[in-house]
Amino acid sequence: MPKYRIERAPAPIWMRTFIPIAAIVVTFFLTSILVIWAKANPLEAYYQFLISPLSNKVSAIEVLVKSTPLLLTGAAVAFAFSCGYWNIGAEGQLYAGAIMGAWLGIVLKEVSPFLGIPLMLAGGFLAGMLWALPPAVLKVKLNVDEVVTTLLLNSVILFLVSYFLNGPWRDPVSMWPQSPEIAHGTVFFKLIPRSRLHFGFIVAVVVILIEWFVLARTAFGLRMRAVGLGKEAARFAGVNVNRTMLSAALISGGIAGLAGVGEIAGIHFHLIEAISDGLGYTGIIIATLGALNPLGVGLAALFIGLIDTGAQSVSRALGVPIYLGNVVQATLLLVTLAMFILQNYRIRRV
Amino acid sequence: MDLFLIGLIAATLRVATPLIFGTLGELFCERSGVLNLGIEGIMFLGAFSSFAVASQTGSLWLGLLAGIIVGIIAGWLMSLLTVKLGVNQHVSGLGFTLFWTGFSLYGFRLIFSEPKVPPKIAPFLQASPFGDMPVLGPIFEQYLLTYVAFLLVPVVWWLVNRTRFGLKIRAVGENPEAADAAGLNVYRIRTQGLMIGGALMSVGGAFLSLAQLGAFTYGIIAGRGWVCIALIIFANWKAVGVLWGALIFGGVAALQLRLQTLGFDLPYELFLALPYLVTIIALTIAGRNASVPAALLKAYKRE
Amino acid sequence: MYAVQMSGIVKRFGEVLANDHIDFNLFQGEIHALLGENGAGKTTLMRILYGLYLSDEGEITVNGKFSKILSPKDAIQIGIGMVTQHFTLVPTLSVAENLALGEESSFILNPVVIQKNVAEASQSFGIQVKPRALVRYLSVGEQQRVEILKALYHNARVLILDEPTAVLVPQEVEALFEALERFRKDGLSVIFISHKLNEVMTVCDRITVLRDGRVVGTVEKTATTQTELACMMVGRENFGVSRREEHAQGEVMLQVENLGARDKKGLLALKQISFSVRAGEIFGIAGVSGNGQTELSQVLAGTLKPSGGKYWVGGKDMTRADPAQLSCAGVGRIAEDRHASLVGELTVAENMALEYLDEFVNNGILDRTRIRKNADKLILEYQIKASADDCIRTLSGGNMQKVILARTLSRQPSVVIASQPTRGLDVGATDYVRGKLLEQRDRGAAVLLLSEDLDEIMALADRIAVIYEGQIMGIIPANEATKEQLGLMMSGTASVTHGRGGSAERDHL
Repeated sequence: MPKYRIERAPAPIWMRTFIPIAAIVVTFFLTSILVIWAKANPLEAYYQFLISPLSNKVSAIEVLVKSTPLLLTGAAVAFAFSCGYWNIGAEGQLYAGAIMGAWLGIVLKEVSPFLGIPLMLAGGFLAGMLWALPPAVLKVKLNVDEVVTTLLLNSVILFLVSYFLNGPWRDPVSMWPQSPEIAHGTVFFKLIPRSRLHFGFIVAVVVILIEWFVLARTAFGLRMRAVGLGKEAARFAGVNVNRTMLSAALISGGIAGLAGVGEIAGIHFHLIEAISDGLGYTGIIIATLGALNPLGVGLAALFIGLIDTGAQSVSRALGVPIYLGNVVQATLLLVTLAMFILQNYRIRRV
Repeated sequence: MDLFLIGLIAATLRVATPLIFGTLGELFCERSGVLNLGIEGIMFLGAFSSFAVASQTGSLWLGLLAGIIVGIIAGWLMSLLTVKLGVNQHVSGLGFTLFWTGFSLYGFRLIFSEPKVPPKIAPFLQASPFGDMPVLGPIFEQYLLTYVAFLLVPVVWWLVNRTRFGLKIRAVGENPEAADAAGLNVYRIRTQGLMIGGALMSVGGAFLSLAQLGAFTYGIIAGRGWVCIALIIFANWKAVGVLWGALIFGGVAALQLRLQTLGFDLPYELFLALPYLVTIIALTIAGRNASVPAALLKAYKRE
Repeated sequence: MYAVQMSGIVKRFGEVLANDHIDFNLFQGEIHALLGENGAGKTTLMRILYGLYLSDEGEITVNGKFSKILSPKDAIQIGIGMVTQHFTLVPTLSVAENLALGEESSFILNPVVIQKNVAEASQSFGIQVKPRALVRYLSVGEQQRVEILKALYHNARVLILDEPTAVLVPQEVEALFEALERFRKDGLSVIFISHKLNEVMTVCDRITVLRDGRVVGTVEKTATTQTELACMMVGRENFGVSRREEHAQGEVMLQVENLGARDKKGLLALKQISFSVRAGEIFGIAGVSGNGQTELSQVLAGTLKPSGGKYWVGGKDMTRADPAQLSCAGVGRIAEDRHASLVGELTVAENMALEYLDEFVNNGILDRTRIRKNADKLILEYQIKASADDCIRTLSGGNMQKVILARTLSRQPSVVIASQPTRGLDVGATDYVRGKLLEQRDRGAAVLLLSEDLDEIMALADRIAVIYEGQIMGIIPANEATKEQLGLMMSGTASVTHGRGGSAERDHL
């Protein structure tokens, strides 16, 4: 009876492209258990997830719509993680951007889109930065764990949103907890008429491209990566670690804020409590799937957008609870993480 | 005012209960060297699974047992990734939170469909060993699980500091190379820490659905898991610190409910946010911790 | 009667063959030295014996019985104990708790009981320890005693000591050797890993020499000489570096005055140190590791803020300087820990450019051609066996050190601060580094050399200082220094109150 032993060996290059595909296959395999529990056919379910959204124009566009905030939160998280700053607060920073967007939408009543849209972008970015500021400062100055502080602030801003929506911004007529409709000049125009695809998508793609360029081709990007990959060595080489990390954290917050303002100005047009259903946390999944590379993040975001869209079809067509989408995404993340490690091992006959 | 104070103390003990369970659970994980950001998800899972079993079987105790078992399994699954494979603990923890949250919502929808009124069960009852006594009576009118939680604090202290098992956990969390060289199985001990932690976290969630609410809702945990992550740092990774942290947070949270009734004219959301803000401030003051388990976040690999 | 027999041991790490069909035998009651250069495979072989590594091929027999050692637990059970260079003690636990760690007796842990057990063991084995003390507060020598007691406490009959004297002062080394003699009389067998020939010749009975993963030979001490052993170890004539005897003394480039610093635990590791280094000289600071050298090198590298005192580079006060300012001021820094000065996941080219990034940048954008050209040039000049796009972590220790040298020395620094520059390097790389340091001196730089290797200091330095417990015990010109004198200073039992070169004067006992 031959014995097997597991040993370490560096992973061949072809593995890197193989892993995403393998991860998807394994994920669907594992989650099919849940589908069967719902008394549905797994193959049909995955057809609905992956193929059917792309099968017609409307849902294909919806994939892009769903990907828009994900591209941004994924980019935001990847940027911070690249510097070794564990920004778990993208969710809160997104809400900050959304609050700012809602407020600007109220305040800028008669503005033209040429002024309104740039102001929305700037405001959203600024708001996200501001919400990211306290944890970043506490980390850099006092070494307070940013994982905890950003997490806690995620909870805090939800209360803030609730305050606005149940208080000063509550619709006096309908009494719904939602803010007034934003001004016409602050709305993101549609990219395709009568669809849901809006300017925010372009912003997201541009941000991804800029982020790639900054990380790969600028001095700041190299310094950031040095800090993320070897803080002590970077400090030794003269990099100002504190300033670099602070900048990375703030920019990350700003990008997440853009996601928030995009959802207001492009999709909902007023602030509601459920404007983000974990978009910030999904951003962490996406950043990891994309291996912190902005281009990978872009692909991962589109893929998750596909799954999100597909989850609705699955739910409608097969009566499977829509939460299957969440489970699939989380499983995909865990499987991918495992595979990143497993790729370095071989099974050998002894 | 007297009544106010009594009510406040009673509420503090109640609110602190899930925090004590969750943070003690996290203590076992982190003392052995693993950051478990899956806590929010495991508490959610505990709330769901215990509620589901309790409502289907009609027995609260079976529900609680189910919660414990499920928590152990969740801890074990996490150990497969973080201990055995050594994946990034921040990301995998969040991944597990998202997984268990999604899984619980999925399961809830499957079992209960989409009812107009959220399903309820008859929850655990409160009781007081002091019966009808004027002050102590109402203060100690608590759920059994609350008593268990507070009793757990010295038990955990004793386990960690006065047993061989606790010694192993401490060694593995400070210097896994030394523990390995001494012949300890680092993987197994960390796995055990995660499994115990998972069970405790799950009970924390179960408390909310089986005792406090008697129902399962989308927002049942509402970030308490994250608070536990903060509290374990505040507690300096010691059981007695967990007690203080939970009481402080619980106290501020309980205070918030009562301040509203006193007619303070501030938005109630501010009070909801207050405990979280206080925790951040407390973390900042607690400052540089020399007691961080030295091997926290570092996966152990032997050639 | 063999206590241990290892036959045909093979161990590979990726492409590297660390142990190449090694046969090794240990008699009962003998002290057997395992000799070889860094990277020869001695530690690997012993880690296999102790169960920390699994051999790819080969068998182990202990006391005549074929043994499968899959973990340290197995090794401990069959009576093998190991004391390594990196202590395997848990700093936050007490001595007693550390010793209790490997036991499986009772579930309940009574501190009084385990402390008593340890005190008894300490008595019977004749090794002094303090059972209640927390390990983190013990000195290095004390910690090693705890390690040895730990092995004996768990009934070790075979004791493996990996470079035990690396962290001891000469007097503690003597005490260790006495203990080993006692163990031998009790029938214990000892495997003594070392690269120090004189110690091996003093205390061991037989010597096995490893080179490049293979056994070169096993000899009786009485049948060989240090020279023969050295040849076996190195495989060729030992070539050292040549030194000029006389050289001009330039102006003072580095001046340190009353410098103090705290270590990671907040204790004062550096206490009021003063010295100066002139252009065109190598100023060597000798000392056993852990006496403040690390903190001194960190302060001078700009990564640790001093708690008091000042220092000047070329006349400018650099006390509060950060690494970037020091680089600009012409200070070349070679740190103790290669991994704390190179980013493993970045490429060779990126690491080389990182310290002076502004020179490789156009409007914030990296000039990749210039970075590449710079790397190629340095790779050629410094004979680095790697290409510009390789990740640093794939390089060998020697090549990593060359990258650091290239990055630092190509700038023609006026001051060079070299901390443990040849630690962990093989013979070839060590000679290269030493040659480069001498080159810098000849070029007119002021070179500060911090080294735990006394031979290195004596070979390279023009003036030698000794650091002990954070203070300078004395500064002596190299041609007047003897190893005995330096050894005494290194153990704090003597000091020199020479006034030469502006040294601090402390009479101390």
